[in-house]
Amino acid sequence: MDDERAVAPEERKPLRRNLLLGAMFGMGAAIGTALGLPAVIYLFFSPKSRKPSEWTEAGGIAAIPPNAPVEIAFHRKRVDGWKVVSEKTTAWVVKHPDNTVTAFGPQCTHLGCAYHWTEAGSGFLCPCHTSLFSIDGKVLSGPAPRPLDRYDTKIEAGKLFIGRLRPSVETRA
Amino acid sequence: MKATLERVAAWIDERTGLYTAGRGFFEEKIPASSGWHQVFGSVALFLVLTQAFTGILLAFNYAPTPGEAYNSLRYILTEVTCGRLIRGLHHWGASMLIVVVVLHMVQVFLWGAYKKPRESTWIVGVVLLLLTLTYGLTGYLLPWDNRAYWGTVVATNIAAQLPLVGPLMARLLGGEGAVGVVTFARFYGLHVLLLPPATMLLIGLHVFLVRKHGVAPGPGDEGLSKKPFFPGQVFKDTVAIFFAFAILFLLAVAVRVPLEQLADPGDTSYIPRPEWYFLFLFQTLKLFNGPLELVGSAVLPGLAVMALILVPFIDRGKLVKVTRRTVAIAVVALAAIGWTGLTAAAVKSTPSEALAAQVDYSGPTAWIQLSPEELAGVAYFRQENCVSCHAFGRASDGPDLSRGLIHRDAAWMIRHFKDPAGMRPGSSMPAAGLSDAQLNSLAAFLLRLNPDNATVLADAPEFATQGALVYQSHQCSACHRVNGVGMTIGPALNGLARRQTRSWVADHFANPQKLSPGTSMPPYKFSPKELDNLMSYLFSLPES
Repeated sequence: MDDERAVAPEERKPLRRNLLLGAMFGMGAAIGTALGLPAVIYLFFSPKSRKPSEWTEAGGIAAIPPNAPVEIAFHRKRVDGWKVVSEKTTAWVVKHPDNTVTAFGPQCTHLGCAYHWTEAGSGFLCPCHTSLFSIDGKVLSGPAPRPLDRYDTKIEAGKLFIGRLRPSVETRA
Repeated sequence: MKATLERVAAWIDERTGLYTAGRGFFEEKIPASSGWHQVFGSVALFLVLTQAFTGILLAFNYAPTPGEAYNSLRYILTEVTCGRLIRGLHHWGASMLIVVVVLHMVQVFLWGAYKKPRESTWIVGVVLLLLTLTYGLTGYLLPWDNRAYWGTVVATNIAAQLPLVGPLMARLLGGEGAVGVVTFARFYGLHVLLLPPATMLLIGLHVFLVRKHGVAPGPGDEGLSKKPFFPGQVFKDTVAIFFAFAILFLLAVAVRVPLEQLADPGDTSYIPRPEWYFLFLFQTLKLFNGPLELVGSAVLPGLAVMALILVPFIDRGKLVKVTRRTVAIAVVALAAIGWTGLTAAAVKSTPSEALAAQVDYSGPTAWIQLSPEELAGVAYFRQENCVSCHAFGRASDGPDLSRGLIHRDAAWMIRHFKDPAGMRPGSSMPAAGLSDAQLNSLAAFLLRLNPDNATVLADAPEFATQGALVYQSHQCSACHRVNGVGMTIGPALNGLARRQTRSWVADHFANPQKLSPGTSMPPYKFSPKELDNLMSYLFSLPES
């Protein structure tokens, strides 16, 4: 390695130089991969999830009048990094005459503002950009791109259980 | 294509000078004697950058307050993909950095490369060594487990005892005598806000000084023409970096860095030990008692740092070959012997962790190898007094089950236990009054039985068989693994004694959510006797 003094440097330089360069880039690439790949996985792979129970009880449905949306508050558990937090959240619940129930996610599908059922009963109105949704969640007017999101629901012994929030997929007609 | 690239490069260079500067850096002429012995500085720089990289990644998933710190680190270790690897790289990278920095200093010292005009380069290097050690000291607290907490209690108390500055140090490190949120915030601030820019500035100054004075020549270099830094020496540096990284990566993958139980200021049984590179200081401290304690904690370390700084001013002789620098070699050898001796003494005086468990491992311990189900089988075997007819190793009414002659499967045995004469006409064995699950345990034990482990029936301690019984009846193996049996939804329980205290585990049974937020483990209520047996059993499980 130290013998370039013995041979005139010009004669052997290009080959040796390229060999050394190749080896250096190879080692550099190996180190870069061994550090970079785990870093990408660390940052972009979702962590092993701990699932809290899927269903949350949200009270009895007997008191809910049919076809009149009510906002129901309930506590649900959510995995937040290294914690499971219990947080208050709400759903707009519509009871149908046949005693089935639809529960809408409380945020407008446009930009996430909280909407409300209008007192006149004309629909769910978002105060931010005046998106208006019908009682079955369809977009009536305004910039909202899709119907209201719905929670999975089930009714057991007269009690409403709320599950995962499913984003609606249907686009505006 | 190539021409376009060159034009772009020229355009950028004209406006920034980046390429010219880079070329100037790599084409720097270095003495003809330069070679493999000078790679350590580059390796140290590489490791510093790696620490910054892994440290930033850890910070992305880490909450720097005492309680949260522990939970978030455990999240990194158990839930984030590659989290354990990143933490391993950061942990072992710190140790390696200290090794490499010391090797770098030893090389410079042996070769006398600190001589005029390079005194300032040396002094900046000494300060960088101290910064590296401060990183180690402050980073040690950040996991906030017992090891971190108690190690820091000792370190801050030493600082508080220093003459004159002691009280100020105590206040600066966050409160007199107690390690808590303030100390934690100060250590974290030092570790991630103050030390990194200070280190970068000083490394910049260090490299600038190396460049200003040129790489130190050896004796005899005066008559020889210099050689370029690139590619020869750059290649050697790269090879050294590659080997260092390979070792680091293997360590991070293969050697698990433990996270002990959450820091417990009330745990009086914990015996703190500093990180290995501080053990020599820890041992030095033991040599001095009473009023002399300061000699060990402040005077000697202070003198050592002073001596290091003064090295270039003490040794001002002519440059000679390294092999003729006998005094320097002797100093390094003495320091190495002293360091090794102190460290070895400290390691030797560290109580073995196994002592914490209450099992006498010198006695017969074949029972430790059994699974909880098999061990519960031992309990039923005793409970049903099977031994009155099935004695092991001597004649009795029933067959000797310990001779390894059972060639039936568990299903047959369970049917036989329920209806002995039905399966084996003429048998005088009474039916066992046990449930299916209990008979399963009994069958599992009998199937495991052989002449070598037949002693378990006599030797297995009552707490272990009864503890295994509780373990079985609560179906702990649906989530936990013991001796390789059971699921891995929860942590494996072998070596529990190393990780947790009994009081912690007892509290955890009562309220798992409080101690491990987010755990899927339900709370358990045991009778005091059950709890005692179960915990004694679990704490006797050796490291798997």
